[in-house]
Amino acid sequence: MAELNLLDARGLSKSFGAVKAVDGLDLLVAPGEIVGLVGPDGAGKTTALRLVCGALRLDAGEVSIVGIDLRREADRAREHIGYLSQRFSMYEDLSVLENIRFFAEVRGLKQDEWEPRAREILDFVGLGPFADRRAGQLSGGMKQKLGLAGALVHHPKLLLLDEPTGGVDPVTRQDFWQLLIRRVATEGVGVLVSTPYMDEAARCSRVILMQKGKQVAAGTPASLRERLAGRILEVRGTPLAELRHRSAKLPGVEDVQTFGDRLHLRLAAATGEGAQQAQSGLAAGGGVNIELVRLIPPQLEDVFIAFAAGEGKDG
Amino acid sequence: MQNSRLFALIRKEFIQILRDPRTLALVLVIPIMQLLLLGYAATNDVRNVPMAVFDQDRSPASRELLDAYRAADYFSIAYDVTTEADLQRLIEDGKAGLGLIIPPGFGAAIHGSEPAAVLFIIDGSDPSVAATGLSAAQLIGQNFGVKVQTQRLARSGIPLNGALPLQVHTQIWYNPDLHDSYFMVPGIIGMILYAITSILTANAVVRERERGTIEQLIITPIRPWELVVGKIAPYTILALLNTVEVLVMGSLLFGVPIRGSLFLILALSGVFLLTSLGIGLLASTVANTQQEAMLTVWMTMLPALFLSGFFFPLQAMPKPLQIISYLFPLRYYLNIIRTLMLKGTSILAVWPDVLAMTVFGIALMALASVRFRKRLD
Repeated sequence: MAELNLLDARGLSKSFGAVKAVDGLDLLVAPGEIVGLVGPDGAGKTTALRLVCGALRLDAGEVSIVGIDLRREADRAREHIGYLSQRFSMYEDLSVLENIRFFAEVRGLKQDEWEPRAREILDFVGLGPFADRRAGQLSGGMKQKLGLAGALVHHPKLLLLDEPTGGVDPVTRQDFWQLLIRRVATEGVGVLVSTPYMDEAARCSRVILMQKGKQVAAGTPASLRERLAGRILEVRGTPLAELRHRSAKLPGVEDVQTFGDRLHLRLAAATGEGAQQAQSGLAAGGGVNIELVRLIPPQLEDVFIAFAAGEGKDG
Repeated sequence: MQNSRLFALIRKEFIQILRDPRTLALVLVIPIMQLLLLGYAATNDVRNVPMAVFDQDRSPASRELLDAYRAADYFSIAYDVTTEADLQRLIEDGKAGLGLIIPPGFGAAIHGSEPAAVLFIIDGSDPSVAATGLSAAQLIGQNFGVKVQTQRLARSGIPLNGALPLQVHTQIWYNPDLHDSYFMVPGIIGMILYAITSILTANAVVRERERGTIEQLIITPIRPWELVVGKIAPYTILALLNTVEVLVMGSLLFGVPIRGSLFLILALSGVFLLTSLGIGLLASTVANTQQEAMLTVWMTMLPALFLSGFFFPLQAMPKPLQIISYLFPLRYYLNIIRTLMLKGTSILAVWPDVLAMTVFGIALMALASVRFRKRLD
């Protein structure tokens, strides 16, 4: 029995003037799945999420949420969506509890329902003690949690999160993801989350890499990394700038990226001898100190850079 | 009840209004300020215009003429000069609004058989002062002339019993003392209803967009009409409170009567609100910031104030402007409220205005609701 997708969006397209912000994108989210929408700024992530919740009109494509056609019954479909926009979109002049109450009530929760639900959700995100504080006086991380609470208060089946941890410190980011993962595990919700961070992408059950409004690659983080297996070399040594310069000229090297005190070299093809060839190539001419050249498991970042450069073309 | 959504919206809007004390204070204080300013300052009643007199005759007759002018409180004889140049300077300096020159031999002429002449010089740079001065100067002069003529005829043996062949009797209805405030106060109600509802409604919608909260609102199952009603209901209540506020203050401070049915006045004010709320909502669909919304509303408000008979009578306007004035719902409302308050007639006396205003109200609200989309693009 095929499981019903919480989100089934096909052929999403949206242009702003001459710019194709989203171009023929498919998005599927199953229950219990966290799907990451990954791409640089301007890739069309925000537009894609806004199309999925009906905040923007589709130029072409179909969206169904829990089997409900968004174009035909937008408001009924939206009852199943929790959406957290990139920009803080709660009322700063309302208290934490008033905000939750408002969003609970406009989603049809009744007088005797909203309060226990609001308390539960505020305790869940850890804002219980701050229920009476004005939203405008919360820290950035607390605002994000309030946003999440607002998106969760009606127990939606599908969560749409647009760069939910933008501008938030690493500890809060960690907290936020723990909350999300817990929610997915206990409630079986499906999540579509956009993020520019590769470490967050790595936490997703599936990742869609976007570039200029299109999907350039998709799969589990592991399967995406697998595609570059045997093609990423790590180089350490000094002076790094000179090593980088030489690396770029080596035959068979497609790309060089600096990661802190090391370089990542991407090879055009996985050959077995790549590491030795690179080692000797870099040493030629002297004047550099090479500490290490080795084949490493690719990181998502490498994958993303490779696909952004036009690698693969999977459909 | 299914409509906890609508209640939640209205509740939220009220919390926000109450948490914004500056706006709230403005909303409550502005009507009173407008009332005081326009009721006291914006008056066309011309009184006590300073007058310079160059009396070259200095006879009992010239003093009698001056007394006649003094008795009417249009003028105050502020300067008694001895040369024409002095008189001219006083008018040039703006110290005197009028100059009266009584030539030598005035007394002799008036008691003889020749007509006597005096010269009034009027500073025309303020036409409304000049016009009042002109008619008062002529009227008082004519009365004086009639009195002298009557005396002359009596002396020559033709008693007149004080009666002229034609007597014009006048009765001024509804505002016998011609108080400008009777005209202004109902107008102020119209202006305040218009300004407050359109600006606040436009701002309330645009603020959601400016602060990004619209994005969260859009994806809730709120129906567009609920959003519209939820936005306008609080400001309608506020505006009707303002109406009562201005009615009470107008009656206490200026004695403006409310002769018609208060219920009818409030009900028709409610109908008028449909038009201004509609304009506010329309402005919110074209504006991206609160400033833009404010400017958009102002652009509709200035012509509305000038072309609705708020300041200037419609009958005095050129025909094309009179035709344009039919486009402004404020025009109908001002006629309705002035008629109801001052004349105390029933709705039958103003039904064409009520009909036109209702049509505008429904059309504007319909247009605004159609344009009001739950989308970002």
